[in-house]
Amino acid sequence: MLFPDLVKLTTSSFLSYRMRSFLTGLGIAIGITAVILLTSIGEGLHQFVLAEFSQFGTNIIIIQPGKTQTHGGNVGVIGSVRPLSLDDADALRHLPYVESVNPSLMGNAEVRANGKTRRTTVLGEGRDFATAFTMKVQSGSFWQDEDNEQARAFVVLGSKVRQELFAGENPLGSYLRIGGQRYRVIGVMEPKGQILGFDMDDVVIIPAARAMELLNRPGLIEMQVSYRASADVNAVIRAITERLKERHGREDFTIISQEQALDVLSSVLDVITFAVGALGGISLLVGAVGILTIMTMAVTERTSEIGLLRALGAQERQVMILFLGEAMLLSALGGLAGLALGVGIAQGLHWLFPALPVHTPVFFAVLAECSAVAIGLVAGVMPARRAAQMDPVEALRTE
Amino acid sequence: MIEFADVSRSFTVGDQQVAALRNINLNLAAGEYVSIMGPSGSGKSTLLNLIGLLDRPSSGTYKLDGGNVSALDDVQQARVRSEKIGFVFQAFHLVPRLTAAMNIELPLILAGIPPDERKTRVVKLLENYGLTDRADHRPDQLSGGQRQRVAIARATSMHPAVLLADEPTGNLDQTTGKEVMNLLEQLVEQKVTLILVTHDPLLGGRAQRQIHMMDGQIVSDNGSSS
Repeated sequence: MLFPDLVKLTTSSFLSYRMRSFLTGLGIAIGITAVILLTSIGEGLHQFVLAEFSQFGTNIIIIQPGKTQTHGGNVGVIGSVRPLSLDDADALRHLPYVESVNPSLMGNAEVRANGKTRRTTVLGEGRDFATAFTMKVQSGSFWQDEDNEQARAFVVLGSKVRQELFAGENPLGSYLRIGGQRYRVIGVMEPKGQILGFDMDDVVIIPAARAMELLNRPGLIEMQVSYRASADVNAVIRAITERLKERHGREDFTIISQEQALDVLSSVLDVITFAVGALGGISLLVGAVGILTIMTMAVTERTSEIGLLRALGAQERQVMILFLGEAMLLSALGGLAGLALGVGIAQGLHWLFPALPVHTPVFFAVLAECSAVAIGLVAGVMPARRAAQMDPVEALRTE
Repeated sequence: MIEFADVSRSFTVGDQQVAALRNINLNLAAGEYVSIMGPSGSGKSTLLNLIGLLDRPSSGTYKLDGGNVSALDDVQQARVRSEKIGFVFQAFHLVPRLTAAMNIELPLILAGIPPDERKTRVVKLLENYGLTDRADHRPDQLSGGQRQRVAIARATSMHPAVLLADEPTGNLDQTTGKEVMNLLEQLVEQKVTLILVTHDPLLGGRAQRQIHMMDGQIVSDNGSSS
């Protein structure tokens, strides 16, 4: 029997029981819809979370003071731990593959300009802050030189602070008072919005050296090292660890690589997506039972036809293939309908609730369709075997 | 052509062995026209099923064209059925959802014959049996006579050496029954071995060789080649 003939014969029986075929296919379609819908939402969340975490760039290594031991939190600036200093940051700048090192600390202070006062977050950063975090300066620029002893009193404003204090005027060159000191405005950041609840626009950014003085902090909260994308992250981490140990005498700091953190996060999210997909898979199982039922009925109804096929020279195997083909056709078409329905509903939900991230990877769609066909195959085996093993004489006698 | 040597067939009914055929010895020559008659339960259908390789003898050997076909496995028997044997049934046994043309094509499809050749054969058969304008009709749109003509066309599509007809006119009225018989008898002229099973002596009387059966045994045979 040639393949096109097999398709023709199985389609003919599919078409002659339209309603029944439709309902059986619907069982599989609902299962596939559930799988596709749930995994689409799972995958959408996955991408949303990863995008949220990786928008500062992925080739960043974060160094914090204090070694994270098996228990206990970050020791920070108290205890016997040596704080991370600006000199530490300078020392790392010359390591291979390192593109920039950004010393970082933050605090709260009152800022005043144009007779208005605002309490806002003060970020003490290096001059490479914007490039390291792939953030953009809207007007002006960051300070160019970095003098740890005598950092100049420059400030870059977040867009919200600029709006509140300098509404309608160009703030560049104006002066701003932070905690009683005068700072000259040299740049304004582009609006960035909230990141994990922190308003990136309601900030003022000053050189880290001045921030330590202003906020009365002995050390940095963290350093962000950005390295060349082509470099091996482990090699960079090794180099940093060695350098800092040399300076501190022991490993009293913690290194977190963005890449490794994202890997862990990503694998956790993968498991979640898979788990919700598996939940949808339960309804696929119900669809499989539907196919099993309908194929069992079909074999019984068409007993005399099976006898005829055998009399006309069909081998047992051919009879089996015909019925398996029908089961697979039912599930394949049901699966396709489910795919369309699942993607449609997912996109519809996204359209109704734009905040709900939705994404259907092609790989999942292909996998879902393949599993639909496989389910048809498995559900069809038992009835098809029964059809193939019928006694032709008995079968022909059945009306 | 067909040689039965000491063939028996028994069935187990409950815990009893019931003999449907007892020690049948029978030789049929190629191109012979044979009718097998007898009351129901005489074993004539069982004999037909054995000849058609739909059933296996409990004992004895069956040779077709000199080869011992009772020793073949299922796949080989299916091939022999496909290539050498055609069936015509009382109940027509057409596939209801396929057109007349597709029904005729079915044995060719199962045998894996290429589409081009199938098409020419089917067109010719439709023409021979006066079904050309009925090619796209489904069985429920055909009269009884037309249905049986489709069935005969289907049975001959693989050019079988043996044609087995089990009460082919049983579901037809007198006139169409006669038409169908004429079509079958034309095949004998083309050297097809026609074996007709019937309980109607009038119909069976048309065959040159007549075999009567009773209780699983041949009670009379006017044939020459046995």
